[in-house]
Amino acid sequence: MKNDIIISGVGGQGILSIAASIGLAAVANDLFLKQAEVHGMSQRGGDVQSHLRLSDKKISSDLIPYGKANLIISVEPMESLRYLPWLSADGWLVTNSNPFINIPDYPAIDEILKEIKKVKNHIIIDADGIAKNSGSSRSGNMVILGAASPFIDMPFQSLENAVRELFSRKGEEVVQANLKALKAGRECSIGLKNGKVH
Amino acid sequence: MKKLLLLGDEAIAQAALDAGLSGMYAYPGTPSTEIMEFIQNSKDAAGRNVHRQWSSNEKTAMEAALGMSYAGKRAMVAMKHVGLNVAADGFINSAMTGVNGGLIVVSADDPSMHSSQNEQDSRFYGKFSLVPCFEPSNQQEAYDMVFDAFEVSEKYKLPVLLRITTRLAHSRANIHLKAHIPEKKLSLPADPLQFVLLPAIARKKYKSLLSSYESLRYENRISKYNNFKDGNRRALGIIACGIAYNYLLENIEETINDFPVLKISAYPFPSDLIKDITGRCEEILILEEGAPLLEESVRGILDDGIKIYGRLDGTVPRDGELNPAIVAKAIGLPVSYGKDVPSIVKMRPPSFCNGCGHSDMFNSLNEAVKPYGQGHVFSDIGCYTLAALPPYNSINSCVDMGASVTMAIGAADAGLFPSIAVIGDSTFTHSGMTGLLDAVDKNSSVTIIISDNSTTGMTGGQKSKATGRLEQICEGIGVLREHIRVIVPLRKNHAANALIMKAEFEYNGVSVIIALRECIQTATKRKRSETSVE
Repeated sequence: MKNDIIISGVGGQGILSIAASIGLAAVANDLFLKQAEVHGMSQRGGDVQSHLRLSDKKISSDLIPYGKANLIISVEPMESLRYLPWLSADGWLVTNSNPFINIPDYPAIDEILKEIKKVKNHIIIDADGIAKNSGSSRSGNMVILGAASPFIDMPFQSLENAVRELFSRKGEEVVQANLKALKAGRECSIGLKNGKVH
Repeated sequence: MKKLLLLGDEAIAQAALDAGLSGMYAYPGTPSTEIMEFIQNSKDAAGRNVHRQWSSNEKTAMEAALGMSYAGKRAMVAMKHVGLNVAADGFINSAMTGVNGGLIVVSADDPSMHSSQNEQDSRFYGKFSLVPCFEPSNQQEAYDMVFDAFEVSEKYKLPVLLRITTRLAHSRANIHLKAHIPEKKLSLPADPLQFVLLPAIARKKYKSLLSSYESLRYENRISKYNNFKDGNRRALGIIACGIAYNYLLENIEETINDFPVLKISAYPFPSDLIKDITGRCEEILILEEGAPLLEESVRGILDDGIKIYGRLDGTVPRDGELNPAIVAKAIGLPVSYGKDVPSIVKMRPPSFCNGCGHSDMFNSLNEAVKPYGQGHVFSDIGCYTLAALPPYNSINSCVDMGASVTMAIGAADAGLFPSIAVIGDSTFTHSGMTGLLDAVDKNSSVTIIISDNSTTGMTGGQKSKATGRLEQICEGIGVLREHIRVIVPLRKNHAANALIMKAEFEYNGVSVIIALRECIQTATKRKRSETSVE
């Protein structure tokens, strides 16, 4: 088993909690893990990414080689495109459809979605909307993680346990909202994926 | 055995605690900051009361760590690569004095300059000061090395340089922990003159330092961190240093038996092992993260021996960090690639947060300085350096910690008027205060704006030593009370603040304007923790 995942977004959008959830699940599944993060200057509203590698064997490089990622998980649509050089030919791109606009020359969202749709395997979901419907507008991250979960080779339950562990300090209500968001993202994604197959 | 998921920085911190650390000293700097932060958050460190407060700068951190070593206990000091320049006086002379308790100096380099102004390679400092230097290839090795580094430090009575780079520092991996070693007891050096570098003593100590360096080189032949593995084929031998070895393994995991490989992670590098691999191969590839330090040595000036590939002949780019693709290409393996980034994807540089006081301060500064034209504002290292970018375009320099103040002085000496410095509160107490004393001493015509967000913002909001005492410090240094102005950089104060700035530019002497507004990130974090306490 080997999963090479790039998680992307904008500094402050909290991609690290997605990475941390997968990390906790990986530990529970007794997998090897490497997860390279961006700290420092870029965190101030710049583009940020995390290379996350899971394997049942020892992992060498902290960075994923170009063309070898199985999965891009992005909480921002334009940012999902920035890492296409890493995506393998049959890899999946799972992204939020809601743009985060903090630059003056942000391209038209239709143009961005058009480019994303050129990727053979893609899932575009309105994570913010789904999060709001799940009763927690701040858990868009977990919707995206849920949407990516069918492409991560770990039992879904271990991701649920990880989310529970990650948010346990914030009380049961927050835990339940995030679990709901995670599940909603997964269901939406599976629906889209099956639709694609036909 | 206990297993944890840790950043490279955290693995080093955990190892130091497990190896009986008594004192951690540091000034925040990417990518080294998380070492101290981990120790500050550690229950073990709190329970044993391990020293874990931030220092004012890397030099004070280095010297305090040396003091703890003098007293016989194990100490660690950590900094980013350019921090070692600040600490260099203490560091280089600590090689001369030697240590008592084990002392590890961690320098975290930032090749590709993700969050730095240069990509200097700290291994040169190891060679320059003649101390042992370790360069881990992965996080587990970083953890293990800390134990050995303390032992080497105490065996040779020398500080040990632990050189890491961004990828290792900021990547998480599974770490197996070792058994805990108790702290050392207070014990003074056997020789009361060990730390007295009077010339007569220093001359003797230097001779012994030179000879211990040769012993180290000899011993590093058998260091477990330097190892040679022969290959079935002898066409290309590969020497890989530190994390470069990891990228190498990524590429040749399955074909490793085809290549003779020498991994180097302990310096001074062992000449015998290098002669061994170059002697049995037709060609050699040298992979180093950072500068071609080893490559230059192996080639020599004549470069008339075996054919060598590396950074100096362009096989590997001369600058920037390594990655799996660069290494694959250097070995001659095919490089995979996904799709190109679509041209509609725009750059997204970092920017000021919403509600950042720096941005309001720069808006007022831009207005106040407008009549004088471009080129009057020297700045410094911190979030506020982002004002060099549009739409602000406010600053004309960012060189090293504290240089805004002193460059403004020099430019004023040359006749530039007005000459303005913009410096953060933490940068000011790091290295700005001495410059201000120079300005006061000769009554330079400079205006120093201290953009006081009451934290060390860029590195994630560590305590600033300046908080609450900037006015007193400036007055104590000798700035006249009436020329120490405190403003609050809010939009509603914009016009008034611009007027104050203009008035102080026109004053022919030293002015300090303290633009005081808490960092929005720190304020949010503080409010959140206050509400959770209630």
